[in-house]
Parts: sequence; C-alpha cells; structure tokens
Amino acid sequence: MWQRFKAWFHKWASPKWFFDMSASWMPWLKGIAIACMVTGVIWGLAFAPQDYQQGNSFRIIYLHVPAAILAQSVFMMMAVAGFVNLVWRLKLADLAVKAAAPIGAWMCFLALFTGAVWGKPTWGTWWVWDARLTSMLILLFLYFAVMALHGAFTDATTGGRAASIMAIVGTINIPIIKFSVEWWNTLHQPATFKLTEKPAMPPEMWVPLLIMVIGFYCYFGYLLLYRMRNEVMEREQRTQWVRELVRKGV
Amino acid sequence: MNPKRKQRMLIILFVLGGVGIAIGLALYALSQNINLFYSPSQIAAGEAPKDTLIRVGGMVEEGSVERHKDSLKVQFNVTDFQHTITVRYEGILPDLFREGQGIVAMGRLRDDGTIEAQEVLAKHDEKYMPPEVQRALDKAEAAKAGE
Repeated sequence: MWQRFKAWFHKWASPKWFFDMSASWMPWLKGIAIACMVTGVIWGLAFAPQDYQQGNSFRIIYLHVPAAILAQSVFMMMAVAGFVNLVWRLKLADLAVKAAAPIGAWMCFLALFTGAVWGKPTWGTWWVWDARLTSMLILLFLYFAVMALHGAFTDATTGGRAASIMAIVGTINIPIIKFSVEWWNTLHQPATFKLTEKPAMPPEMWVPLLIMVIGFYCYFGYLLLYRMRNEVMEREQRTQWVRELVRKGV
Repeated sequence: MNPKRKQRMLIILFVLGGVGIAIGLALYALSQNINLFYSPSQIAAGEAPKDTLIRVGGMVEEGSVERHKDSLKVQFNVTDFQHTITVRYEGILPDLFREGQGIVAMGRLRDDGTIEAQEVLAKHDEKYMPPEVQRALDKAEAAKAGE
C-alpha cells in the first residue's frame, strides 16, 4: 500500500505525466462544475423557499457560503502544496501554489463582498470589526502576501519557497476563522452546518447549497489545472515534449 | 525518507508550532478585546467602562419595546436571560429588529445603568426556515396555549 502510494507520489515529479493526466480530468471537472452551478443557481434563487425572517435576501447564501468554504479550502490546499514544495522540492507543487493563490483571493473577496451586501439589510451595516469578518479580511491579505512573495524575487525558485512558507504559516488563520464565532462574541452567526449535528435548515434549502458547494469545488479544480498547465508549458518550453505539442498545434 | 527531507520537514513543523503558539498566546491575551460586545451579565458585574463607547449584545426582551409617539425614539430591554439592561435609541432600526431577536447596540453606559445607543444592529442566528414552517409552529403554539 505504502509502496504504491510512493510510486503514485513520485509520478507527480514528472510535468509531462501531469500534463497528460490533467487533460483527461479537465472535461469531467468542467462538466460537473457547469451542471452543478446551473442547477444550484436556478434551484437556489428561484425554487428554494424564502426564509421566515429575511425573506429573499437569504438567497445570497448560495454564493456566500460556497465562496467562503472555497477561500479556506484553497488556502489549506496551498499550504499542503507549499509543504510538498519545501520538503520534496517538487516543481509542480510550486506551480500549484502560484496557480491557486489568485483563485483563492477572488473567492475570499467574493465571500467578503456578498457578506457585506447581505449584512446591510440584515444587520443594518456593511461592515463590523468582529472576529469572523476581520479574520476573513486577514485571509485575503494572506493571499495577497503569497502572491506578492511569489513575484518578489528574480529567481522563481526562491520566490516559490518564500510563498510556500507564507502559505504554511498562514494556515494558522484557518482555525481562527472557523472557531471565531464560538470563541468570541461576534455579530456573525455560528455555523449552520456542523458535521455532528443536523443542519439548522430544511433540506429544500440546503440541498441546492450543497450542489453549489460541489460545483464551486469542481470549478476551482478546473481553473487550477488550467492555470497549472499553462505554467507547466511555459516552464518546460525547452523540452522535447512541449516543442512537440506546440508543433502539433495542441 | 532521506535525512535532508526529514530535516526540512522538522524545521517547518517547528516553525509552524512556534508561530502557532505565539499567535495563540497573543489571542489569549487579547481575548477580551476581540469580543465584539458585552453581555448584560458582564455589564451587571461592572466589567464595562462607563461613558465610553461600548457594544452590548443580547435578546430584545418580549414586551419591552416602547416607541415614542411623535419621534423615532425607542426604548427596550436587552437580556441574556440572567440580567437585563435598558437601551434607549433614536433612529431607524434594522428590518430584523423585533422582540425576541438578538441585537448588538453600540452606545454609552450612563450612570442610571441604561445604554444610550447610537447604532443598533440585528444579529441573525444560524437557523433558517421557510415561512410556512414558522406559521405552522406559531399555530401549534397558539393551540397549545389555548388548551
């Protein structure tokens, strides 16, 4: 088992293997992402029932929650890639950090923006410096830090390592975001979904949300592979196989 | 695993642990300042400073909201079911403001133990339900009360 895992892990050292494999995954990710997001948006915005207190404004949850979940998951994925990059010096891991950071930053921005739009009618304010909102804003700045560090060095490898360290250290913020609503008094409500309990929401509301979350994950996977493939092509442009591809016009 | 990689891994884990502990201690030291609001019990215990801007959070007590007839002045009690504090406010309340709703009010604690609020925010809870369910619940409760 361990030997098999090792063999599989070592395959990732080969950019060509990744390039060929990702080509077969991408149509799947794209298809599932489009199917889920179209279903989720139509179901969530048009057919899910209104909330008894907030009326229609609660529907922003169908963007806000998936974006917020993704913003945190992408950061954790980036930290794992950064760890692999630092310990095993895998080129692809470095590319993954570089490719994931802007996507995560956009997700984080989307979560903050939709939250503000929802906060105005619900709470009565766009922004409040409570622990959840502030730690989420810090996450956005951490993304900026990773992106800036990656580009701050003339040598791409050094930049990649600096960005990886930033990504790893920045994960400390993730549990703070997660538990901020429990550790401190915040205006932001606690989580509606918990692994151990039934959600405080009926299924006709959370099923479309779940579909949206799956759609967002697949969309992220698709974008990530797309960006990584571009990077691989650029970095490996002198190799035989990339030249071959370009010649064939793929 | 080759020793070089093991060493790098240990360094990373060591740094992560160190930074984690440092941030944990800093947050622990700041924990009182990170809380967005005081609860009525904390104010009753004298933890909140007087005549400075503070936030107080809790539930609007049922039947305590008194609106002034010809102005936007309103007065209500905020409770955490142990202690209660009176909040006075002049202005437009958020849509979600109602009796039994969680709110956060920003204002000054006066000598008479009331809060003079400048801003009132509604705090939403994590529960969502369709309006029909709420109506059914209300009906069930009314039926129970009528028995």
